[in-house]
Amino acid sequence: MFKKIFLYSLIANFFFTKKIFAAESGGMPQLNPEFWISQIFWLVLTFGVLYIVLSKLILPKISANLELRKSQIQENIEAAEKQRESSEAKLKEFDGIILKSKIEAKNIFKDAREKVIKNINSKKETLDKQIDDEIKKAEVEIDTLRQSAPEKINKIAVVTSNEILKKLIGAEVNNSSISAIVDDLVKKNGDKYYGH
Amino acid sequence: MAANPMTQFEVYRIGPEIKVGAFDISFTNASLFMVISSLAILIIFNLGSKKNSILPNKIQLLAELSYSFVSKMISDTAGSKAKPYFSFIFSLFMFVLFCNMFGMIPYTFTVTSHIIVTFMLAAFIFIGVTVIGFIKHGFGYLKLFVPSGVPIVLLPLIVVIEIISYLSRPISLSVRLFANMMAGHTMMKVFGGFVVSLGIVGGWLPLSFSVALTGLEILVAFLQAYVFAILTCIYLNDALNLHH
Repeated sequence: MFKKIFLYSLIANFFFTKKIFAAESGGMPQLNPEFWISQIFWLVLTFGVLYIVLSKLILPKISANLELRKSQIQENIEAAEKQRESSEAKLKEFDGIILKSKIEAKNIFKDAREKVIKNINSKKETLDKQIDDEIKKAEVEIDTLRQSAPEKINKIAVVTSNEILKKLIGAEVNNSSISAIVDDLVKKNGDKYYGH
Repeated sequence: MAANPMTQFEVYRIGPEIKVGAFDISFTNASLFMVISSLAILIIFNLGSKKNSILPNKIQLLAELSYSFVSKMISDTAGSKAKPYFSFIFSLFMFVLFCNMFGMIPYTFTVTSHIIVTFMLAAFIFIGVTVIGFIKHGFGYLKLFVPSGVPIVLLPLIVVIEIISYLSRPISLSVRLFANMMAGHTMMKVFGGFVVSLGIVGGWLPLSFSVALTGLEILVAFLQAYVFAILTCIYLNDALNLHH
């Protein structure tokens, strides 16, 4: 219902306004040539001024601003690129230095090790020689001792046998006959006694 | 009653009558809005180009975006040869755009809703483009009316059609802008009149229409300025790069 009233009123209104148009309208004001010359004049004037000021003053400035910004950004990018390159070169340099010093350190370590080893070896050798010498000396001494030992033992055996015989028999026995017996025994059982 | 939707297009004198010879060049409301539009453009773009910072502020960004927008439009449609006409097309686009947009403010006058204004612009473009075409190509520019690859039997007809379409360019260009602006503003006025006459009961529907139309008209205001500028570029392209 409300809608219908609204629609009717809309249509009525349309007719109503149309009637007003018919009553008031003297056609389109655009086709009234009264102010055509004035409009053309002011259009030429304002648009001319606008065009001249824009093309001579403002647009070159905007264009220059844009160009400047472009070139500045480009420059900055280039500078950043350069810095990156230089930093990369420096990084490489540092890497090289580190590698070099590593190798150097290795070499130094190697040298030191070799030296130490040599030192130790030479010391060992001399020590070995000394020890060998000592051993040889000791061996010689032992040998001489060992070689002299049977005679001494024989002598001791002769003397003790003599003493024992003296006590047992009470008579003096010739030393030479005892030593002959001892020598004979040594010859027979020397290996057993002295371990040769 | 101000319900007549055509009264908004009436031109009236502001201040005294100025006459040069037989011509009346009085300052009118149309002149006032031409001056206002031009001044607004100059102020905005002057502020936008005053100082150059790497990170542009809002008004500078506006100026530079419009600059690159028009620049791209020209290079896309007319190629690199149209560079010298950049300032003209930029001024034209901005002038039409600002006149259209100022017309969208209530109680203002729409300069571009007058056929004489749009026709003068279109005629100037037409004559300028024709002169440029003849300067660049001599009488070879007439080849524009003889498309290649057309059977000889059809050629007389095609040439006549081409000449008529070429000569109607200023009319179509000017009438397109003028009719769009006039129709839009008339429609808005009519719907506004409905709101008043239907009152608080029935006025809401035309009011919502009015709101929607305002949005549409702002779109049309921009679009018609763009179409005007891009058609100028296309005509310029015909004159600069003869394809036929």
